[in-house]
Amino acid sequence: MELLDNLALGFSTAFLVQNVLYCFVGVLLGTAVGVLPGIGPTATVAMLLPITFSFEPVTALIMLAGIYYGAQYGGSTTAILINLPGESSAAVTALDGHAMARQGRAGPALAAAAIGSFIAGTVATVVLAVAAPPLADIALKFGPAEYFSLVLLGLIVSIALARGSALKALAMIALGIMFGTVGQDIYTGTPRFVFDQRELYGGIDFVSVAVGMFGVAEILRNLENEHTRTATVGKVKNLWPTAEDRRRIVGPILRGTGLGAALGVLPGGGHVLASFTSYAVEKRISKRKQEFGRGAIEGVAGPESANNAAAQTSFIPLLTLGLPAHPVMALMIGAFIVHGITPGPNVITDEPALFWGLIASMWIGNVLLVLLNLPLIGMWVRMLRIPYAVLFPMIILFAAIGTYSLSFNAFDVYAIAFFGLLGYILIKCGCEPAPLLLGFVLGPLLEENLRRALIISRGDATVFLTRPISASLLVVAVVALVIAVLPAISKRREEVFTEDDA
Amino acid sequence: MERRRSFPDVLAGGIFVLIGGAFAVGSLSYSLGTPLRMGPGYFPLVVGAIMAALGLAIVVKGLIAGEVVEFGAIPWRAVAALTVALVFFGFTVRRLGFVPTSLVTAFLVTLASQRVKLLTALAVAAGLTVASTLIFVVGLQLRIPLFGPWLGL
Repeated sequence: MELLDNLALGFSTAFLVQNVLYCFVGVLLGTAVGVLPGIGPTATVAMLLPITFSFEPVTALIMLAGIYYGAQYGGSTTAILINLPGESSAAVTALDGHAMARQGRAGPALAAAAIGSFIAGTVATVVLAVAAPPLADIALKFGPAEYFSLVLLGLIVSIALARGSALKALAMIALGIMFGTVGQDIYTGTPRFVFDQRELYGGIDFVSVAVGMFGVAEILRNLENEHTRTATVGKVKNLWPTAEDRRRIVGPILRGTGLGAALGVLPGGGHVLASFTSYAVEKRISKRKQEFGRGAIEGVAGPESANNAAAQTSFIPLLTLGLPAHPVMALMIGAFIVHGITPGPNVITDEPALFWGLIASMWIGNVLLVLLNLPLIGMWVRMLRIPYAVLFPMIILFAAIGTYSLSFNAFDVYAIAFFGLLGYILIKCGCEPAPLLLGFVLGPLLEENLRRALIISRGDATVFLTRPISASLLVVAVVALVIAVLPAISKRREEVFTEDDA
Repeated sequence: MERRRSFPDVLAGGIFVLIGGAFAVGSLSYSLGTPLRMGPGYFPLVVGAIMAALGLAIVVKGLIAGEVVEFGAIPWRAVAALTVALVFFGFTVRRLGFVPTSLVTAFLVTLASQRVKLLTALAVAAGLTVASTLIFVVGLQLRIPLFGPWLGL
């Protein structure tokens, strides 16, 4: 019954009027800023962080959590409506979500995302409350070898996302990893591939890569044939999911929730893995594989649920180990420290009201999110009616401002142009941008853990195979690679016959 | 499978070979270290080599049995306008300040479209400048001066 006492304490904290109010303000602001094109959750939280510094610690952290959920949902909204994911996890949502929007089904896509997020958030909050302490023990068993194998698995899984050849997807992953090595080496501090530019020492910003690869490249594609292009999206038919849609999203939401809750615990890109894995799973088990990438509602509901569940459970490593699982969690650590709290195992015992209050407020945040966004779907969909001549300058300008505001570094803006051009050419050649983005995010983790594992094992490379968790992860990775490569050959033959109507 | 050449495949493969090769060669100038204690150059060298190999495989496959991808025209005007606009923004935002930089950047971006009229472009640029000033500077308290040192303010 300890859990109930704890939750009672949590809800009594979270239900204080000012906490509910600021949670709501947080969700509202987070959604409003997150929905701006080119600004993802990380940028949103970073920009809104200073506002919270003047509040009580509990209120401030609850508001920040609200901002985070709002921003994440706002990011999914832009991913669906204008194919501009602000963060790697939303890149998956954009695949089918935007295809649905183009068919005039933006409403159901947004509703599926909101409902999936709410269910996933509710379930994951319970998981977080029940499982935080025991799961922290498992996470403690993860050494560098396990991290390395896990990251490798994540990268291999992302091949399933690519529509084109597995070979190109692999090369895109490698390219992403390469760009991830730019900047100072973590162990020796040697600046790598910086061309003597001090601004590049910190590495290339994720936002620049995402905005360039997805935003600029997409705009260039749209401007290719202006004379034939009539409208970006089809007419908006109905705002609500049909009975058929509702039936189709139940399974993906439940599976996505489970996957997300489990993978979100793993520090380092768990939320990205969760949404990518959920998409791969849904695509694999679906009877309508050919619809994926062309507007399958399962491809929106599953990853969105997984993403949101992972967002909740990624608080576990933060609150129990003090490990940020996510760039936003790194910002949260900053917020904890500003308020004089050191994140880590002591938070549960030293600040029970804060710990359980935060957990309770996550659920309240999710309720507010769904209350706020379901009625507003109509308004977000109307965003699509903005003429393209206004929309694309807005995306570019806001993206430039948003990216620049992250660290006031002009190179981040130049990088948008660079990655926009590179992405445009590669996409034209049939390469998908999503694997590159994942390689870019996970590459540094791959290198760090590879090197650390080998240092610990004194250069013995078999450590990856002798540790059971690591070995099983690698086996799964190899199986996934084989599966990804083999059907690609036979499937492409099928597509020759079925693709004409696409 | 029918034999066919694919220009996009060869181009993509070529890009991978080029960038992968460049990174691999570049990483030779850093200490490689040993597998036990990898230097900063070890990992980039391995990944760069893998990438170049994958690129080569894509080129070969593109020459023998390429994917059919329609390459299409390149909108040179849009490419130029977007690049110039972004570089302009990065270079001048500190020097000219937020308002003039946003105005010129937005104007340059609108020129990417072939169908845009001058008046529309100016109106869009002005509107976006007002909107972004309200959102980012007034709303989000972004600490960028509205007008910068180049304007003598």
